[in-house]
Amino acid sequence: MIRSGSYSGHARIGIMEALPWIAAIAVYFLLPEYLSLGARIMIFILFTLSLDLILGYAGIITLGHSVFLGIGAYTAGILSVKLNVNDPFLQLIAGCLTSALFGLVSGAVILRTRNLTLLMLTLAITAIVYEIGNKASSLTGGADGLPGVQVNPFFGTFEFDLWGRTGYVYCAIVLFVIWFVVRRLIYSPFGAMLTGIRENTPRMHALGAPVYQRLLIVYTISAGIAGIAGVLMTQVTQSVGLNVLTFEVAGDVLVMLILGGVGRIYGAFVGPVVYMVAQDLLAKQFPEYWSFGVGILLVLVVFFARGGILGLVDKIVDRARTP
Amino acid sequence: MQAFLSSLVSVLFHGVAYGMILYVISVGLSVTMGLMGFVNLAHGVFAMAGGLLLSTAMSKFAVPFPLALLLAFVAVALASVVLERLLYSRLYSAGELAQVLFTMGLIFISIAIARQLYGTQAAPVFLPDYLKGQINIFGRNFPAFRVVLIFISAIIVVALWFGVERTRWGATVRAAVDNRYMAQSVGINTNRLFMVTFALGSGLAGLGGALGSDILPVQSTYPLENLVYFMIVVAVGGLGSLSGPFIAALMIGIADTATKYWFPELGAFLIYAATIGLLLWRPQGLFGVRS
Repeated sequence: MIRSGSYSGHARIGIMEALPWIAAIAVYFLLPEYLSLGARIMIFILFTLSLDLILGYAGIITLGHSVFLGIGAYTAGILSVKLNVNDPFLQLIAGCLTSALFGLVSGAVILRTRNLTLLMLTLAITAIVYEIGNKASSLTGGADGLPGVQVNPFFGTFEFDLWGRTGYVYCAIVLFVIWFVVRRLIYSPFGAMLTGIRENTPRMHALGAPVYQRLLIVYTISAGIAGIAGVLMTQVTQSVGLNVLTFEVAGDVLVMLILGGVGRIYGAFVGPVVYMVAQDLLAKQFPEYWSFGVGILLVLVVFFARGGILGLVDKIVDRARTP
Repeated sequence: MQAFLSSLVSVLFHGVAYGMILYVISVGLSVTMGLMGFVNLAHGVFAMAGGLLLSTAMSKFAVPFPLALLLAFVAVALASVVLERLLYSRLYSAGELAQVLFTMGLIFISIAIARQLYGTQAAPVFLPDYLKGQINIFGRNFPAFRVVLIFISAIIVVALWFGVERTRWGATVRAAVDNRYMAQSVGINTNRLFMVTFALGSGLAGLGGALGSDILPVQSTYPLENLVYFMIVVAVGGLGSLSGPFIAALMIGIADTATKYWFPELGAFLIYAATIGLLLWRPQGLFGVRS
């Protein structure tokens, strides 16, 4: 997990870091039939990035990160369907704030505990929110969800089109902004403190770092970003359903992060791309083997490649460099 | 009033049956987590395997019910030893995240295998004729199978308590739960202890899954669907304790049955809320040795 090199060395945006954005632009022009998949992938990159912040950097293991995706998604859905608020940016901000607020409140309570208790609390909170989503059907539509979410055209001109062009560009811009913010955060003293807490909490206490406060801040930020991912999901699919609140989604995002590489910003980029493209190619043809394959993959990663794909790449590069 | 008392008795009876099954399945999880500090999310896999074995043995090979139960226990225990030696044991010192991911992987694999072999429907439960009827206790009829289920579980609870509290082997387990390194340094072979305890716990889960297959339907999503409940029993009861999970399982069994009977619109809401409240009040659980 720990990478060599100084913080200042990484704080500069390198040439390689332009790659994801070049790829995003290339897909837009070269693969127009895959734009809706591309938008979905970018939403999951956003979601994985938010998980990476708390799990990869701060070391908070959660089994219930889907709760923030769900709250963001339902906020947008309820705003549009129940309150007739269809402005995309209003929905985005509202979803982000609601989710962040929930992260702040729940985090203030559960981050006082550690290890298994913390794991259980994240699980129980997600389960409870799922129950609310399922039972409070006057607000959430229950098991049917909320179909028919409407989103006004952006700036009155760019409407969500059939080919997913607007959705794709919209998701890419949001992702770019969040990527920039997260990147700044990670390479700041605040980010260094998070890494310190992950590696050795008692020592950070001894150094006088406000551990609980730092964890709470990053948990809130992560919740807000996950909420944004949820809003995007609702807006792009123009509906919201209970599936965003399930343990399966929380598991999926964990698998994507592990696959890409935990505790590194581009792990959250590589993982969802590989996972979702593979899913698109294989899950339709061999649906019965998909979860089997994911399971085997998880076991293999745990035993042989803790750093995920990017960890493997690092290893290969290192080996090639050492004579 | 009469009607309320009658439904109260019914809720208590079915709640206790449910709680007993939860306990038999989860107790192994509590002990292995307390002993090895291993976050084993895949514990439900062993219970599912037990249920599927029972169903197959009885329908395909006409194995009598008691023998099929025994088979579920032994086969699952043996299979778990193989898993423990080959895979689990390598991750004892690997940290929570690796354990969580590995056991999640096991869940995915087992779900896929179960779906491939048994389809998406719940595996049918075949009860022998002598367990199908009703048993009259104090002028009330109770389903015979559930009475037997409570009875068998009670025997297991007593045997477990005796084994852990009153035997030499039990003393080594307790010593290792309290302080693994000290136990090791006074000459207890903790590795073997882990293996045996893991096998016993998994075997019990298999037995519980088989025994409880008409309360918790055995289908391919079983390990994921019931994960929260098994984890709640362990977390609320306390790691490394025998009595804590017992009380927790009974409370959850009764509370869940009661809410389903009287307040079905609440779903599992109350149980989750109570769990969160309790864990905040006592992070180490009711009777936990450590959190």
